[in-house]
Amino acid sequence: MSKTKKPTNTTDWKGIWVILEHAKGKVSGVSWEILGKARELGDRYGIRVSAVLLGTNLDEVAKEAIYRGADEVYVAEHEALMHYSWEAHTKVVTDLVEKYRPNILLLAATHNGRDLAGRLAVRLNTGLTADVVELDIEPEGELLVGSVPGFGGSILAVIKCEHSRPQMATIRPGVLIAQELDTSRTGEIHKIASDIPPNLITTQVLQEIPVESVDISKAKRIVAAGRGVGTNLELVEELAELLDAAIGVTRPLADIGLKSRDHQIGSTGVTVRPKLAIIVGVSGAAHFVSGIQDAETIISINIDEEALIFDHSDYCVVADLNDVLPELIEALKARLYSTAK
Amino acid sequence: MNKELHIVVCVKIVPKPEDVTLKEDNTLDRANAESVINPPDKNAVETAVSLKERYGGKVTAISMGPPFFDDFMRLIMAMGVDDAILLSDRAFAGADTYPTTLTLAAGIKKLGDVDLVICGEESSDGGTGNVPPGIAEWLGWTQATYCHEIDYDEIQSRFVVKRSVSTGYEVISIPKPAVVSVELGVNSPRFPNFYLKQEYDQSYKVTIWDAKALNLDPETVGLKGSHTTVDSLKSSKGKERKKQFIVGSPKEIAEKLATIILENM
Repeated sequence: MSKTKKPTNTTDWKGIWVILEHAKGKVSGVSWEILGKARELGDRYGIRVSAVLLGTNLDEVAKEAIYRGADEVYVAEHEALMHYSWEAHTKVVTDLVEKYRPNILLLAATHNGRDLAGRLAVRLNTGLTADVVELDIEPEGELLVGSVPGFGGSILAVIKCEHSRPQMATIRPGVLIAQELDTSRTGEIHKIASDIPPNLITTQVLQEIPVESVDISKAKRIVAAGRGVGTNLELVEELAELLDAAIGVTRPLADIGLKSRDHQIGSTGVTVRPKLAIIVGVSGAAHFVSGIQDAETIISINIDEEALIFDHSDYCVVADLNDVLPELIEALKARLYSTAK
Repeated sequence: MNKELHIVVCVKIVPKPEDVTLKEDNTLDRANAESVINPPDKNAVETAVSLKERYGGKVTAISMGPPFFDDFMRLIMAMGVDDAILLSDRAFAGADTYPTTLTLAAGIKKLGDVDLVICGEESSDGGTGNVPPGIAEWLGWTQATYCHEIDYDEIQSRFVVKRSVSTGYEVISIPKPAVVSVELGVNSPRFPNFYLKQEYDQSYKVTIWDAKALNLDPETVGLKGSHTTVDSLKSSKGKERKKQFIVGSPKEIAEKLATIILENM
């Protein structure tokens, strides 16, 4: 079982690859964000940026990948790739990597992205920096430097993979910035023949249960609720609606199903960077704070004056939210409606 | 045909995240950190024990860590687990996911005859989520990550799992043997039975396997077997904040906040 570590001649490995995650041709935002950063690094160091697409009917998506920063796109179209399976995806990406030898291989830190990355890293006998929130390349243009949150997000570890290739990383949604669509960009699209033996996939998909998802990572305003709010989000929802704000929750509220995981802010949820965040009933554990600390202005309301969240807030209110929120909603209504007139 | 299930549950003992801080010289201060069972791993234990209760069989808990973690292993056993194994060797220290998964896979392989490995979705200290698929790859088994429900189809001899994906959920059927990970909070882990814990404290000796017992070359495990290195640590501090307290009656506070909100939105 033990593989001996192969000494890799790292100079044979070139370029940045981004595996684009998509659901039936709709690419997830995080994949465009990663491609955007890859383009930026590619321009800075003169590195070729390649996108990789697996699935069916990908012509339009491949073009979009060029418009969003790729120099070239590897497109593997096969019936067996229509639905994600670790078996087929691991096989096809491994074959591509062994043939073309990318120096850097980036994936989204989504459920399927991590499912694939964890498997690939062992098969490719290489290092994987997981859940990156800051991505860079050292000045020589070779070595990937990824910062990953540890211990609930309060501490960042700066990780390198010096001797193995490709240097793999998964990147969290919401931490990088996608490039604007530029339809004047041109690039090459390579169609790849995939070798997927018929008995390779042992997973059977029995049912797909779509759940409507929301993306709060780009929201301008957010009202975030924690355990102090209890199980009734009525006031929070009313305030959010009034301000046209998205609703965020801490992990415990998502755990009990008060809001879906899409609304969960923090190191195991979404990273947000709104202009304004109003945080109510949140104690301020590091894993939550790490997801919202880039907000421009933070207002916090908590009944406990010792709450850690106040250390991360611009405006702090020590009060019962059930006293303050109704008054705040009234005050805002009065002002918003008077300016509307 | 109806062979009973042998389920392995992988657990990690982690420092409480909020107890770990960064010292002036950017090294970790975990001296005051309390050790706990990684939270989603308790959900994994609950999943394993309830599967055993439904379909019969046994559950073995496996962990990588120093020998004094044996007390945690007995605590896990008091949740209904039948056996506990600690993979413990100085050579295992400093491992990234590559040698970690190699070591855990070696332990599972040594057990033999395992049908299902259940892990928590990720650890609260490192938090990569890459360990379950890594173990599966070393063993050459199938995998299903971020599961919410796991059931066993006795007739087909396959597992049926509901896993969370970015578009919602998918229900898939996978063959035996398999490695799965469960999300935090998918069930309510039972409390350890403290009478049982006391009994195990007196009479049960946790099995300890080192690199030699696992037939692993010390060069391939721990820090030496890792592909990645931690170059440095830094604290993840956000922006400087004003920390201005707004005081008054609820009405006064509301008026002040309304002004601040409208100026900053």
